[in-house]
Amino acid sequence: MEPLLAIAVGLLYAAAIYMMLRRSIVKLVIGLMLLSNAANLLIFTSAGVTAGAPPLIAEGATIPDGVIADPLPQALILTAIVIAFGVLAFAVVLIHRAYNILHTDNLDQMKDTDT
Amino acid sequence: MSLEVALPIVIPLLTGTLCVMFWRSNLAQRILSILGSSALLAASIWLLVSVYQQGHVVMFMGNWDAPYGITLVGDMLSAIMVLLTGMMALAIAVYSLASASPAHEKFGYYPLMHLLLAGVAGSFLTGDLFNLYVWFEVMLIASFALLILGGERAQMEGAVKYVTLNLLSSAIFLSAIGLTYGVVGSLNMADIAVKFGEAENPGLVDVIAVMFLVAFGIKAAAFPLFFWLPASYHTGPVAVSALFAGLLTKVGVYALFRVFTLIFNENPEFTHQLLLWIAAGTMLTGVLGAAAQFEFRRILSFHIVSQIGYMLLGLALFTPLALIGGVFYIMHHIIVKTNLFLISGITHRLLGTYDLKKLGGIYKSRPFLSLLFLIPALSLAGIPPLSGFFAKFVIIRASIEAEAWVVTFIALLVGLLTLYSMIKIWAEAFWKKLPDGTDGASLERGRTSGSLMLMYAPVIALAACTVFIGLNGQPIYAMAEFSATQLLDPSQYIEAVLGGRP
Repeated sequence: MEPLLAIAVGLLYAAAIYMMLRRSIVKLVIGLMLLSNAANLLIFTSAGVTAGAPPLIAEGATIPDGVIADPLPQALILTAIVIAFGVLAFAVVLIHRAYNILHTDNLDQMKDTDT
Repeated sequence: MSLEVALPIVIPLLTGTLCVMFWRSNLAQRILSILGSSALLAASIWLLVSVYQQGHVVMFMGNWDAPYGITLVGDMLSAIMVLLTGMMALAIAVYSLASASPAHEKFGYYPLMHLLLAGVAGSFLTGDLFNLYVWFEVMLIASFALLILGGERAQMEGAVKYVTLNLLSSAIFLSAIGLTYGVVGSLNMADIAVKFGEAENPGLVDVIAVMFLVAFGIKAAAFPLFFWLPASYHTGPVAVSALFAGLLTKVGVYALFRVFTLIFNENPEFTHQLLLWIAAGTMLTGVLGAAAQFEFRRILSFHIVSQIGYMLLGLALFTPLALIGGVFYIMHHIIVKTNLFLISGITHRLLGTYDLKKLGGIYKSRPFLSLLFLIPALSLAGIPPLSGFFAKFVIIRASIEAEAWVVTFIALLVGLLTLYSMIKIWAEAFWKKLPDGTDGASLERGRTSGSLMLMYAPVIALAACTVFIGLNGQPIYAMAEFSATQLLDPSQYIEAVLGGRP
């Protein structure tokens, strides 16, 4: 399972970087979306994929019975997804406003503040 | 319970929330903003005193022991940073009373500002890597919204670059956290520090170190990934620019200081050598970029980049004296840089432009303002007896002692070029005659209006701080020394968080 996930993570990063290097501002935001998903999948993979029971402790016991899955990476990913969602919502509104004001979606023409 | 560690985060969050509840009343928001930032300053002083007495102040969230729960840790470095946050918060809150336009206030200027402060204070105080990421994002989302208040053309362009680069940096940071968790199975910084020390695969640790270096390097605007900063900082409302200039990049610098003294201290020949060349590149490119500019706030933005180089130099040399210099430099820089941005706002109010070619004649009609500019400007360039001289002196002395001759030469050269930039602003904006096309009516009016007084007040206070650090540097130096001792001996931090357990 891990090799497959690792390849998927690599592909997602590559696709994200490729999209971010395009000139269109919409593709830039798609790249950012893919990038945050790639990071989430990386956390999931690198923390170790265990086929275990839910991390619940039986009543009366102090340690779980048998192999359990690590719940922390999932909590991290959930938090990261929520944050990425909020930030991307902002980014989408931003590019919409930027398009309305600048009348272009070409990043090469947004150089006024660079020089 | 050590309440003082949580207060600097809770107070701005609460203030921001209350401001949202009084959404319709600008007056109530203004009062709340002043009260909130005063309370933040008071809480940060409490934290500083408490850290001074106890060394490390630790609080376990939800009473979960480290390394399982989230810990808040205040050591000397974070206490100093939080104190500066409090000072800047109050200065900007007072300044905003006069500089923020009613339209901005209607769109949530004050709630966003306090959310930003909460994010900054949270980043300084957390002892948990993932929590640091969350505070970074809190800070970022508030800064995004503040930066585009007004919605002008330049702001949109600047914001696209700012948002993209910062999200890229967050993604790299998150990936690095994921890999760290994969290696050691912990997110508590103290716990990670212990376990990385025993790691079986030092090569992987170096890879993770470089990922953190890139992620925080982007946030701190270090060479070669600083381009977003001069492209965006000068576009926002001036009080926002000043707040960003003082605090935001310094969060990145703080994170580098924290991570590269506590966690990645095993292999300084590689990581800190890398940092050294990054620092040299940052100093040089920043100052050369500034030399080519003719816009008040853009010059200052490029100088943020070059000054970041000095702080990183302090970290990279990794000797006690260099770390003292680095911490001292951060303290001096935040005060001075915020002040220069605030002054650029006053000149903009008087003459309606930031373009140096159109500015002029300020010395003739406003000699006091010119004096107020000279104090931080000369301090930035490192002229004795102002604060910048001592900050630079300590760092350069440390680099001579470390026999890093090339970097020493670059640091001295950059000091000279900084002086050149400051003199350029002085000559163009203050000294030369008012150019023909510029409307100097508000400059000539002799009396200073009430709102202008509000803009002067924080500038005077910050200039007084600069002079105070310059003339009475010993207590400040002692604070920096205390913090450097703690940074060089991470076992104290680990002991305080993990309570002596392995």
